[in-house]
Amino acid sequence: MLRIKCPWCGVRDQTDFQFGGESHIARPETPEHASDAEWANYLYFRKNPKGLHYERWVHSYGCRQWFNIARDTLTHEIIEVYKMGEQPSTRSDTGKANKK
Amino acid sequence: MNSYSGFSLFRNALTGHRHWSRAWRDPVPKKHYDVVIVGAGGHGLATAYYLAKYQGVKNVAVLEKGYLGGGNSGRNTQVSRSNYFYPESGAFYEHSLKLFENLAQEINFNVMFSQRGVLAICNSPHEMELYRRWANAIQMNGIDSKILSREGIKKLIPHINLDCRFPVYGGFIQKRGGISRHDAVTWGYARQASAAGVDIIQQCEVVGMDSSDSRVTTVHTTRGTIAADKFALCVAGHSSQLAAMAGLRLPITSIPLQAMVTEPVRPILHTCLVSAHIHVYVSQSDRGEIVIGGGADLYNSYAQRGGLPVQHENMEALLELLPIFSRLRLMRQWAGVCDMTPDVSPIVGKTPIDNLYISTGWGTGGYKAIPAGGDTLAHTMVHDQAHDLLKPFQLDRFETGHLIDEGAASGVAH
Repeated sequence: MLRIKCPWCGVRDQTDFQFGGESHIARPETPEHASDAEWANYLYFRKNPKGLHYERWVHSYGCRQWFNIARDTLTHEIIEVYKMGEQPSTRSDTGKANKK
Repeated sequence: MNSYSGFSLFRNALTGHRHWSRAWRDPVPKKHYDVVIVGAGGHGLATAYYLAKYQGVKNVAVLEKGYLGGGNSGRNTQVSRSNYFYPESGAFYEHSLKLFENLAQEINFNVMFSQRGVLAICNSPHEMELYRRWANAIQMNGIDSKILSREGIKKLIPHINLDCRFPVYGGFIQKRGGISRHDAVTWGYARQASAAGVDIIQQCEVVGMDSSDSRVTTVHTTRGTIAADKFALCVAGHSSQLAAMAGLRLPITSIPLQAMVTEPVRPILHTCLVSAHIHVYVSQSDRGEIVIGGGADLYNSYAQRGGLPVQHENMEALLELLPIFSRLRLMRQWAGVCDMTPDVSPIVGKTPIDNLYISTGWGTGGYKAIPAGGDTLAHTMVHDQAHDLLKPFQLDRFETGHLIDEGAASGVAH
């Protein structure tokens, strides 16, 4: 059971939330000119890292707000919670989570 | 290699079972192979077997980072069926089911395939309407399926509680579906592949790949560097990591799917029972354990354990339907890491890299596809073009938009 700290409500059980997939996926800037490959990349292709993953969650049975989490997909450790539109302060190029 | 038979069992019994030969060799990796397959699970071993036995490619290595069949091949709930909605899926999985029907003879290993039927039940009138359509579509694919009434279900499973929360309205059954022993399938393929000359190299993790001119040349492993003419990635869970070593990105998300077994009891459940609505599937293994699965943990994870909330949901669903199991104790619980594609259909065949082939995206239902997956991938690798059954399951479908949006992929809603 994950314990997730909603930026608006505080710490709640995982069962309050729903997972929304990878964060920071940008829609093609000029959709009318985007190739099939660019659309496929936007719609379907994912990083799927083993280690640090930036992902979206929604507090479905609480405030119903979306937010971001930086989480390790192997240990399930939640390293950082940050709001929509923000960038994570945790960075990793190796795929492994570095603690702040 | 000695053939397994009633006679060999009898003869070895007389000598105290001291003279059985090794089931497969434990070779030192060579520097070069015609084909290197990454992953000694069901799909990797079956591919090696069909390459060596039917395609004449015997200089093959299967690399495994852990032990043979220790990933999802040993973690699934052993169900085989072909009750798929779309004709593409129906044709592929029916091929697999037919291979399962003769698998024990084919690989001289008793895989204990028991065609006890796979029964999907409906817990709402709307679902019943959908299932009538689904059962009809399966029949149109030329595959057996039969609608069952409440009485028909009660006759099949006398202990079922039809008037549970979300009462049972009916269901449909594929009588040719059933369960087999998953270890036997991997062991049987490994034994025959090894006898045909395939090197199965365990404790050998691929840590990197070299490529030039859109070709993979060598793989770096924990047991040295190995070159090959062709490579196949047949790993479950870690497809994204392996593909990234070759510079390839995949439409895959890895999520854990749990399963669990109870203590063994006498035969009580004679069919595989699936409810998509309250989300549980259950069967009884040959050892008497009640094998239970259900919904996946719906977030990215490489941890092979799963979370408690999903386990609770599976149990609630099971005990609503079969309250008789309420006092059984759970013996084991585990999870496998599943490669999920956006359309819940697999990706099998060629990749943009010329000599790299892939078998991935089997999601929550790869076990049933092992024979056909191995057969068709071996064909694809030798002819360098997708086997007819695999043509709809190519990686480029995510660009062309020809998705096979298979809600039936695990018999449940996704």
